[in-house]
Amino acid sequence: MENYSEKVMDHFMHPRNVGEIKDPDGIGRVGNPICGDVMALYIKVKDGIIIDAKFKTFGCGAAIATSSMVTEMVKGKTTKEALDISNKVVAEALGGLPPIKMHCSVLAEQALKAALEDYQKNISKTP
Amino acid sequence: MKKIYLDYAATTPTDPEVIKAMQPYFFDKFGNPSSIHSFGQEAKKAIEDAREKTAAFLGAQPQEIVFTSGGTESNNFAIQGIAYAMQKKGNHIITTAIEHHAIIEPCKFLESRGFKVNFVGPDKYGLINPQDIKKAITEKTILISVMHANNEIGTIQPIAEIGKIARENGIYFHTDAVQTVGHIPVKVDDLNVDLLSLSAHKFYGPKGIGALYIRKGTRIERFLHGGDQERNRRSSTYNTPGIVGLGKAVELCQDNMKQEMEDQSKLRDRLIKTIQEKIPHTYLNGHPTLRLPNNVNISIEYIEGESIILNLDIEGIAVSTGSACTSSSLEPSHVLLAIGQPPELAHGSLRLTLGRYTKESDIDYLLGVLPKIVQKLRLMSPLYKEAK
Repeated sequence: MENYSEKVMDHFMHPRNVGEIKDPDGIGRVGNPICGDVMALYIKVKDGIIIDAKFKTFGCGAAIATSSMVTEMVKGKTTKEALDISNKVVAEALGGLPPIKMHCSVLAEQALKAALEDYQKNISKTP
Repeated sequence: MKKIYLDYAATTPTDPEVIKAMQPYFFDKFGNPSSIHSFGQEAKKAIEDAREKTAAFLGAQPQEIVFTSGGTESNNFAIQGIAYAMQKKGNHIITTAIEHHAIIEPCKFLESRGFKVNFVGPDKYGLINPQDIKKAITEKTILISVMHANNEIGTIQPIAEIGKIARENGIYFHTDAVQTVGHIPVKVDDLNVDLLSLSAHKFYGPKGIGALYIRKGTRIERFLHGGDQERNRRSSTYNTPGIVGLGKAVELCQDNMKQEMEDQSKLRDRLIKTIQEKIPHTYLNGHPTLRLPNNVNISIEYIEGESIILNLDIEGIAVSTGSACTSSSLEPSHVLLAIGQPPELAHGSLRLTLGRYTKESDIDYLLGVLPKIVQKLRLMSPLYKEAK
């Protein structure tokens, strides 16, 4: 089906970390329903380390699989390390994506960057 | 694993009887129908038999049938053949916004060559208003092309009425009947058409063979230049097994169509009703009654089509979607957008098309599986919660 790798299909059929975090330290919401994909990523940060991540995604197989993978990848990383996770890195961790699906993985990267920015904004506000 | 095919509008399996009829024409009766020796002549006879059957099925004359490689070629032949034959009279073509790409693209190509094309829009059910076609006619109009039924949403167009308008104005009228031949009655005189495209693999014939009906007296430029096959209208060595297969497929449809229409309509209506009952926030696309007996097209809100298809595929069920994510264009279906569907809903559209081998138990199975998949994906969707 669609030349998706086994790993992509595994993450698509059994996505990790689906849901929301009640008191998140950062939320990244990106995409547009008109374009066919929306992702919301929630992160929980303690001492500069991402201790939890959850997502909700409206989108195709590649969008859901990359969402799932990115939540797995950020956990345990410092917020600085997480900034280095690009869509290419996520796609590679999934064993690659079909070329026409690479753009779907950008969603995961953008959601992560947005969540990290949101986190930075939140901590700078805290006295 | 159970395997259920609900994508008959994409293609149908070749009926075993069709395969049997084709078989002798690969080895025993392999002759070139254009040869005058006995090898050629037995093949030629088989071709002419198939031509007669096809013509009779459409209420046409045998010499009005030209065999082609399929629907795309028939459509290209019709559009370009008329445009180039008639360009001294005018350069204006009228078609619709919901045609298959095999009509839209040749029309766009002609636009780049100086022709003018009107793409008439449908109403929310996908119906074309014949008066809108009439209004688009100019002195320069040389061709009107409107599909008989839409391949995505199944809406059946008022072809006879549009044909009458075309005839009153002395304009050639073509219909792309790829989705209707073999599925509902198609008679060229009832429909008032001058040209009609069909494709065998949509009605249990083989792939790579189709036909274009060209009414006697129609001025059309030849399509493939080469030998003198098809009375100089379409060169290329005859695809004897394919043509024989097309003839046999037509014969089987002649025998089975009435019953199949009845059976499939029942399953179709059950699917439409039950999906909407079992799954909230689902909407039927296309016309409630003026639709192909085998077509169901439903938009499922808050989720995306490819992810539904992948889940169904894992359960052994094959269907299709108008979502952008299954095309390379990144645009959702032009048909769903043309009927005014918001893009986010078009991304969640599902087309289920039934056929000769669809059983009631297949529908039961789908109806058991689909609601669970929708629920799973909705719980994963950030749009769903907000809507609740």
